[in-house]
Amino acid sequence: MYNENIFNYLRTNKLPHIWCPGCAHGIITAAILRGIDKLKLDKNKISVVSGIGCSGRTAGYLDMNTLHTTHGRSLTFATGIKFAKPELTVIDVMGDGDAVAIGGNHLIHACRRNIDITAIIFNNNIYGMTGGQYSPTTPINAYASTAPFGNVEPPFDIVKLAIGAGATFVARGDAFHIALMDKIIEQAISHKGFSVVEIMATCPTQFGRRNKMKEPYQMLDYVANMAVSIKKWNEMNEDERKGKFPVGIFIDENRSEYCENYEENVLKKIERGEK
Amino acid sequence: MTKIELMSGNNATVKAAIIAGCKFFGGYPITPSSEIAEGMAKDLPYVNGKFIQMEDEIGGIGAALGAALTGVKSMTATSGPGFSLKQEHIGYAVMGEIPIVIVNVMRGGPSTGMPTYPSQSDIMQTRWGTHGDHEIIALTPCSVQETFKLTIEAFNLSEQYRVPVILLSDEIIAHMREKVEIKDITEYKIINRLKPTVDPENYSPFDTKYGMVPPLASYGEGYRFHITGLTHDHTGFPTSKPDLVEKLQERLRDKIIKNRKNFDWYEKRMIDDADIVVFAYGATSRSAMRAIKDARREKIMAGLYRPITMWPFAYENIKSIAKSAKTILVVEMNLGQAVGEVERAVAGTKCKVKFLGKANGELINPSEILSKIRELVNV
Repeated sequence: MYNENIFNYLRTNKLPHIWCPGCAHGIITAAILRGIDKLKLDKNKISVVSGIGCSGRTAGYLDMNTLHTTHGRSLTFATGIKFAKPELTVIDVMGDGDAVAIGGNHLIHACRRNIDITAIIFNNNIYGMTGGQYSPTTPINAYASTAPFGNVEPPFDIVKLAIGAGATFVARGDAFHIALMDKIIEQAISHKGFSVVEIMATCPTQFGRRNKMKEPYQMLDYVANMAVSIKKWNEMNEDERKGKFPVGIFIDENRSEYCENYEENVLKKIERGEK
Repeated sequence: MTKIELMSGNNATVKAAIIAGCKFFGGYPITPSSEIAEGMAKDLPYVNGKFIQMEDEIGGIGAALGAALTGVKSMTATSGPGFSLKQEHIGYAVMGEIPIVIVNVMRGGPSTGMPTYPSQSDIMQTRWGTHGDHEIIALTPCSVQETFKLTIEAFNLSEQYRVPVILLSDEIIAHMREKVEIKDITEYKIINRLKPTVDPENYSPFDTKYGMVPPLASYGEGYRFHITGLTHDHTGFPTSKPDLVEKLQERLRDKIIKNRKNFDWYEKRMIDDADIVVFAYGATSRSAMRAIKDARREKIMAGLYRPITMWPFAYENIKSIAKSAKTILVVEMNLGQAVGEVERAVAGTKCKVKFLGKANGELINPSEILSKIRELVNV
């Protein structure tokens, strides 16, 4: 998987990054860059927008048009960038708190609009930067600094949420199965329309330590063992599915894209003298 | 060629925004500002501009800010409760130095308050609504014609100083229909943001080499810069070094305060010989104007000071009035907001500051102001 070319897309003078040893965010960031490299995209024409928290720092390391925004609102900025300048490739990097807690409303509406943005959700099931509080994707009974007796809230299934809201490309990968993650991210970026990619990430510092997985390899093992292919998942019964999640591409379809739709049904109407 | 049209304040904002070069609107419906969104949805496509109705108020300004970074002039519009929601991103615009115009058509509060009734109760929210130390530019029009003019000026100031600018209208001005004179587009002075002239390798988005307002590149033009809401150095990357943070905070303040003289807009009527000066703005200033004229007929030496630039506040102008006037009567549709600033301005002089306010959804009529003037003169 090593690809020397990814350094062309990094602001190497901003390294080392601030992420903890064992954090999966670097693994996912490298996968994004391999995808960009494979697609031979011009970095002058890519905008990477991010939210707040550990994942939010990703934008700053990338040598592109980058915007580190407010918590949960990155998709609103990304929407403005893409809509105002559709020729840019827009990638939005979010954490689980950004995407499905404070920014949940923005996520579902971006899915509905089908605007050509790739949303990559670094899901580590915890608020890492603020000290390990439970998030909307923390598993039930897991420990967090605000769930000292175990989490009593059921988690969101981001894939189902995105499909329900109308995203036209929805996939899930994990930080262990690199080949699959690379394939998913590359396809998501090249997809025309709103793409949601959930990557099951690891946070040994804030999640692992509280849940008997303080070593980075333990957390990677944990996600690796939970991930099963969609094909296998479909053959499993309810009992077998417990503690597992399916990985792969769930939806990849074409539907009219927001910016093109505006171009065709608003701007061109004037040109054609229909309005 | 000059045209005369009858239109509302909100319509005037739309027409003027297009003339100013606005190409993007991100918003969310809210009374009494919705006609601005409706007008922009209709008019922007004719200038190849983009309109989007977002899922909420925060999203409306978020999209507008994203668009602004691609190089287009961008705006949003809202009212009281929506303005509260936008505060998060007004702060982001201050910190990221992103030009944007925000229209707030004031209505009664707190909370949902009185959606269709007039008020001027967002004066302090405009100043201090977003957290952290910051300066803000806010303009208060008193007529439809002035709304037209100040909308263009709001865009000009936002571009010139790389700041969010707030057009602070009120329900009366926004919905009132008046005659507006619209000149040929070429007769308006339009200011565009300074763009970098250096090579991309040497560009820093917060470089003060060229003055207090650094040139702003656009996304997609090869400059590949970074913007964050965190305190940052001139390169745009986060820093918490006290000396660099201090430099940033001071520059964000100074680029507005030290340039205030360039947009020190106000109207003075019969001030020079006035014993009592009414301080009023927006819709209320129209009642005040009538009241001082009536007072003069009664041989009461009354005058009017109407701030057009509400923020930064005109402390010096008020201080100089306080040298000759015995009393300044502040009249506003709230329970006392700008009056505190007038008190700060006159501190140390012999001039007294009196207040007449109302926050019940009714406008303050001329006779109420006249009665108050008589009462103060007879004391």
